[in-house]
Amino acid sequence: MSGINDFSFKMGTVNGTGSASANALLMQAIFRMGIPVTGKNIFPSNIQGLPTWYEVRVSKDGYTARPSEVDLVVALNPSTYARDVAAVRPGGYLLYDSSWPLDPDLVREGITVLGIPFGKMCVEAFEKDRDRTLLRNIAYAGALAALLDIDMDVVGQMLTEKFGKKQRLLEANHTAIRLGYDYAKANFACPLPFHLEKMDATGDAILIDGNTACALGAVYAGATVGAWYPITPATALMEAFKGFCERFRVDKETGLHNYAILQAEDELAAAGIVIGAGWAGARSFTNTSGPGISLMQEFIGLAYYTDIPAVFFDVQRCGPATGMPTRTQQADLISLAYASHGDTKHLILFPANPRECFEMAVESFDIAERFQTPVFVASDLDIGMNDWMVKRLEWDDSYRPDRGKVLDAEALAKVQKFSRYVDVDGDGIAARTLPGVGGKGAYFVRGSGHDKHAAYTEDSDAYQEVVDRLKRKFEHAATVMPKPEIHRRAGAEVGLVTIGGCDAAVREAADKLEAQGIATDVMRIRAFPFGAEVRDFLGAHEHTFVIEQNRDAQLRSLLAIELGIPRDDMVPILDYGGMPLTAKVVVDAVAAHLAGVPA
Amino acid sequence: MTSIAKPPVRHPSSRTNGLGLTLRDYEGAMSTLCAGCGHDSVTAALVQAAWELDLEPHRAAKMSGIGCSSKTTAYFMKQSHGFNAVHGRMPSVTSGAAAANRDLTYIGISGDGDSLSIGLGQMSHAIRRNVNMLYVLENNGVYGLTKGQFSASADIGSTSKKGEANEQAPIDPVLLALTLGATFVARSFSGDKKQLVPILKAGIAHKGFALVDVISPCVSFNDHEGSTKSYAYTREHEVEVVHADFVPLRREITVPETNEDVSVVQLHDGGSVRLRATAPDYDPTDRDSAYAHVRACQARHEIATGLLFVDETGRDMHDMMRTVPTPLIDVPFERLCPGSAALDKLMDRFR
Repeated sequence: MSGINDFSFKMGTVNGTGSASANALLMQAIFRMGIPVTGKNIFPSNIQGLPTWYEVRVSKDGYTARPSEVDLVVALNPSTYARDVAAVRPGGYLLYDSSWPLDPDLVREGITVLGIPFGKMCVEAFEKDRDRTLLRNIAYAGALAALLDIDMDVVGQMLTEKFGKKQRLLEANHTAIRLGYDYAKANFACPLPFHLEKMDATGDAILIDGNTACALGAVYAGATVGAWYPITPATALMEAFKGFCERFRVDKETGLHNYAILQAEDELAAAGIVIGAGWAGARSFTNTSGPGISLMQEFIGLAYYTDIPAVFFDVQRCGPATGMPTRTQQADLISLAYASHGDTKHLILFPANPRECFEMAVESFDIAERFQTPVFVASDLDIGMNDWMVKRLEWDDSYRPDRGKVLDAEALAKVQKFSRYVDVDGDGIAARTLPGVGGKGAYFVRGSGHDKHAAYTEDSDAYQEVVDRLKRKFEHAATVMPKPEIHRRAGAEVGLVTIGGCDAAVREAADKLEAQGIATDVMRIRAFPFGAEVRDFLGAHEHTFVIEQNRDAQLRSLLAIELGIPRDDMVPILDYGGMPLTAKVVVDAVAAHLAGVPA
Repeated sequence: MTSIAKPPVRHPSSRTNGLGLTLRDYEGAMSTLCAGCGHDSVTAALVQAAWELDLEPHRAAKMSGIGCSSKTTAYFMKQSHGFNAVHGRMPSVTSGAAAANRDLTYIGISGDGDSLSIGLGQMSHAIRRNVNMLYVLENNGVYGLTKGQFSASADIGSTSKKGEANEQAPIDPVLLALTLGATFVARSFSGDKKQLVPILKAGIAHKGFALVDVISPCVSFNDHEGSTKSYAYTREHEVEVVHADFVPLRREITVPETNEDVSVVQLHDGGSVRLRATAPDYDPTDRDSAYAHVRACQARHEIATGLLFVDETGRDMHDMMRTVPTPLIDVPFERLCPGSAALDKLMDRFR
């Protein structure tokens, strides 16, 4: 399987010991050698002392999904030696810190074990305890540079960029890199059979995580109010927004801010703040994860029922309750689609990677204001927190926000009477006014029963007229929400349907299945409600599989509920242990089903 | 929130304010609260205060949660935008609206259930955030709409209509606000319009969160003997410790000068409030002494009223966030979007 520019390796370390910077260094060095690379951080919900892993996949073909097997494991955490040794593919390599003897029980047949005394070397080379701990990571990066043939000029350049002005640190890092590099060169046959060779495949690409990309989208869309409550894995989104705002939104003369970020007391308040801001006319958003979505339900229903725009980024994590906060899943689909009590249905965007996070973040604000309703951007931990290789983000300077139907004083002067919820155009969207506008524009937002004039009602017909309009609005949205992405292969009798971050693994699986003689068409759903293209794809194949990361086949349920497709016509492939999806899971499940093997 | 529209009647002899509007222009829909409800008196005081302040109706936003008190935003200033949010969560909606448009006057109406039970967290954090708003807490010690359950402001020993005595300690919004750093803390009584109107005016003019706790008896469920929030009990136990007169910037000072000690606090908008302590040694600009005094009154079963504490030097939400003076909704898109050249440059950081 593995070969030149086509392999994967992973580091098992203890969290809080500084391995993240070494891992980032490795990733970026490979990227700068022009070779496609992806990193997955498998980290604990903890600050210091628990096991953490970092998986790097090098793929000359540009595959970005989590690898199905690992060629080389760097085992630096004694508490996980057993599982780290077990993770190496047959014929693969294990690199461990030989400052301490490796338990003979852990030595496995069929793999090559390499020992380098990183700890010992660092104790000898460095005076300070802190340096000894932190630089051990840089030392293993140096060893990997030798074993995998990473360009040392690139590594040197990166260290200079990072520590250029801090001479002591720069020298210490160079020393540490050399410790590992020189030891490996002197003691092992370098490079290993699988290694790196310079390519030219990352020229127009960047390495970016989805949270950063969403935040950048919010900045570019002109969002001015962000409210949030810290929660893994969504926290970095608002922190990135803050960082970009400090760079782009501070008035040069006065130092004052063209933005407002409110760290709320809880997610309920965060939802209230963005809804208040949306009502007042700002582009506003919150970033949260499943537990936050649960807390926001009542407010989401209010915004839906009163036609108020706001954007909710849901960086999904694993499980109900607290669950596994640092693991990924796509298990909020149903709770987003129908959030709140009463009859409610919501608009959702499903980005598949950080580039689409940026684009959909911008789009979400347009859709929210155009349809005057909450819009969810359903990302997940894997997209949100991991570095993905994507095409550089681009911006069209002709973009102007779609503010939807807003009547200002001038427009109000021309209408005889303003009634907040009268559907003049037949698209379910009624014109709104913003508080502060004079004349006849004032109206009363009420979560209680209201008629189309926004007046209180307990009348059946008047109530139904309003909620029927909301239903029309939703149906209208289905025609303009982002279309699914469909990749067809000639003669395909198998349809693969997926969503969000599963895309990378499913597309890779389609290639692998084709190599096995199974042609597939792939449809990645990009929005809820589903448009006609989604309906047309379903039922067009002999076999249709729905691949998603939750236990209960939530996407399949939504397709069945909203489109009336019989559930049994769609075979679920479910992966919900919290790890990013691998192509192997999909290939094996499809192949087994087609071969008649029960799931 | 039921409401019945009032016929727009304008008597030629009606007095007008600086904007040429009559008192009636500041009214709203017909109240559907019980006859004699304290809340209707608070509404009338708000109408009076807004009219006297020459407040442009469309530049005010009426914010409320859920409950009898929260219904009253429909009963005044019909030309203002209103937002009837979810129970206990008006403070967050107002925070967001104020963040987006700092130029509107935000008038929040809440009750003791809405603020002290389900909304205790939201009210507390709006105080900490120092949102620039008037926050009127119409306090009757009871849940009216659900017919008579004790609220979190019910005093120990106060009895329900059925005779059951409350045993849990009350939450006093005034003490709470003082503890949380509120910069404007007042208590009044719905039956004392003379005291209430200037407090509401000063609260609107105050820069920052202005809490006005108004004892506002519930005639249907908490106006009986044994209740400590009844009209009779409040009248008997109310002690005005500070009298406030609001002096707007635009008008000459018409408040009669007295020989008593009067302290003048300049308000942000240029107006001022003249505070006349009726209790000896009371300093309404000293948080600790205000707190101690309210506690001492409580121990004597007295209800301390008046503008109990004011600090006009506090930093409000926008000061703390360092936002531009222009409302964020009016900042042009060109100033918000960094553009393609900046993005292109930024992308190099991700290589």
